[in-house]
Amino acid sequence: MDEKDDILKSINDSEYRHGFETDLEQETIPKGLNEDVIRLISRKKEEPQWLLDFRLKAYRKWTGMKMPHWAHLDIPEIDFQDIIYFAAPKKGSDKKEIDPELMKTFDRLGIPLHERNVLAGVAVDAVFDSVSVKTTFRESLAEKGIIFCSFSEAVRDYPDLVRKYLASVVPVGDNFFSALNSAVFSDGSFCYIPKGVRCPMELSSYFRINAKGTGQFERTLIVADEGSYVSYLEGCTAPMRDENQLHAAVVEIVVLDDAEVKYSTVQNWYPGDSQGRGGIFNFVTKRGICKGQGSRLFWTQVETGSAITWKYPSTILKGDNSVSEFYSVAVTNNFQQADTGTKMIHIGKNTRSRIVSKGISAGKSQNSYRGLVKILPGADNARNFSQCDSLLIGDRCGAHTFPVIENGNATAVTEHEATTSKISEDQLFYCRQRGIPEETATGLIINGYTKEVINKLPMEFAVEAQKLLQVSLEGSVG
Amino acid sequence: MTLLQIKGLHASIGDREILKGIDLEINEGEVHAIMGPNGSGKSTLSAVLAGRDTFSVTSGEVIYRGMDLLKMTPEERSHEGIFLSFQYPIEIPGVSNVNFMRTAVNEHRAHKGLAPLNAAEFLKLMREKMEIVKMDPSFSSRGVNVGFSGGEKKRNEIFQMAMLEPKLSILDETDSGLDVDALRIVASGVNKLKRSDNATIVITHYQRLLDYIVPDIVHILYNGRIIKTAGKELALEVENRGYDWLIKGQDD
Repeated sequence: MDEKDDILKSINDSEYRHGFETDLEQETIPKGLNEDVIRLISRKKEEPQWLLDFRLKAYRKWTGMKMPHWAHLDIPEIDFQDIIYFAAPKKGSDKKEIDPELMKTFDRLGIPLHERNVLAGVAVDAVFDSVSVKTTFRESLAEKGIIFCSFSEAVRDYPDLVRKYLASVVPVGDNFFSALNSAVFSDGSFCYIPKGVRCPMELSSYFRINAKGTGQFERTLIVADEGSYVSYLEGCTAPMRDENQLHAAVVEIVVLDDAEVKYSTVQNWYPGDSQGRGGIFNFVTKRGICKGQGSRLFWTQVETGSAITWKYPSTILKGDNSVSEFYSVAVTNNFQQADTGTKMIHIGKNTRSRIVSKGISAGKSQNSYRGLVKILPGADNARNFSQCDSLLIGDRCGAHTFPVIENGNATAVTEHEATTSKISEDQLFYCRQRGIPEETATGLIINGYTKEVINKLPMEFAVEAQKLLQVSLEGSVG
Repeated sequence: MTLLQIKGLHASIGDREILKGIDLEINEGEVHAIMGPNGSGKSTLSAVLAGRDTFSVTSGEVIYRGMDLLKMTPEERSHEGIFLSFQYPIEIPGVSNVNFMRTAVNEHRAHKGLAPLNAAEFLKLMREKMEIVKMDPSFSSRGVNVGFSGGEKKRNEIFQMAMLEPKLSILDETDSGLDVDALRIVASGVNKLKRSDNATIVITHYQRLLDYIVPDIVHILYNGRIIKTAGKELALEVENRGYDWLIKGQDD
């Protein structure tokens, strides 16, 4: 048994492939949070007064708020004065030049930033700690009128668009973490697709936490104007450390008449080691509004990382005939905890939503689905279908579902299905008797179970996501 | 040539000893039947040979083609040609038969140093082998054993056996839950797969299956021991007289 534990441990510890640390000169500000720190961040980013005012207002709101404890999570006390709120790689004398160490880092992560090497058909905004280091394909996208840049650049170059939409979907005081983010957010991506334009490539943001003792607070804003289309993907990783680092992002998406946005996440923050030491605390608010008639918003998420995940990508279906879907795979292993799901708020007539959630729990982890389907009185003929499946591996983990349906319209129809299953010793033995080793067998079963969600990911990432699932669960069986 | 040699095999589950000293030798080309009443240890024997770790072997040895079988993992045993047809085949939702068998066949090929079959080659092979047990091709895209009737599950077992071409097949109560037609199809599948260089162990309660799969040697297992070994006529005698005359005085 000891030997088996050792093997298990070595697998669990070694298989986080993005756990390295980049050694480069960083500029950080002192720990702690107060109005001066916020002014400092704003000054460092050379922001206009209106944004500083926005931050300060958010900060004042946040100081009067309390950390939420309603989730099925055991969250240790977080000392918000013990966090560094801004860290950026030091720039050389030539501001245009990117540190070669940074280039190497993103190469190692499989996100090459030289345009000649980049993934075919994918434009990337690479965010390292508190700043965006490079956005690829900016110019060729600009030819179509598409704006894809870091949030800081957007504030400088497109202030009207940013002011119009910032906090229009996630109000500052929406929750504790959205208020915190609004006060201290550093960088993130901004994306605007003009009327009638179909974005010719996948847009993606890659978030990397590197500096010790820091938190990452990025802000993403996507606006799809009438009749436009964009597929957007985000990925995230962090070094392996014994400390817990905080990630509290806000993502806002606005979808206008007949536009379509696909938003995919492959979340692979460092999950902590097999003993539950370290890992990212991931408290994220993501929300989109199907503002226009016939608008569509599709969420797909594969969540394998983080020590704690608290995340509910949601859609407000305001426009008549608007559609939203949420496809999720959340994996927890060892001591990870996840409380994740979605909210579908039906306001417009003939709005439709679909929720497919697949939880996989292994080790001593806890995995919860939490969902709200709310149908307002005006949402005639609204439809929702929800399916929540849980798969257990071993007998020391937990799976929970908390679905809430509030239907305020008699013509609306909601359906909910839920299943819980287990990868059994019998199944594994059956596979092994046919010559399929245990790890491969587990992969086969997991792939079968998650297929419906993985198929929704852009092709380039589906294979990666599948591998990631397998790696996350290696050593969890037996 | 000797394929399998079991010497003084004892196995327990928890504190309870189930196999109490089994000796058995199986040569290439032979069909052995192991019969016995419920609880005599038949399924335990097949599980131990396949490497199921719910049972612990307390003493004895098993030599399979010169190898120490008990030291091998279940998948190694499979790669080396041991096949167990399960009494209760397991359902694996979400994994299609075709995907399952392709993975299994390619694992076997990798073990032999062969390249994996491509999709076209594999599907051709699969169609041929499904024919042996008259399985409908539509089964290939369905989840492994999911929603299969009892008979379909057993056919699927023999189909898998045909795909993997084992040296030693152990059929654990393959006749249970089969009607006469299904029994005939399954048995004829097994007979078609019989060669001079492989061997079969048929574990059964009843003589019925042995009308179709004719054994060379019949063993009676009772209370964890083989209490009688004879030719195929022994099966008929059991059919007529039951087990009582054999087990009298055997209980300890």
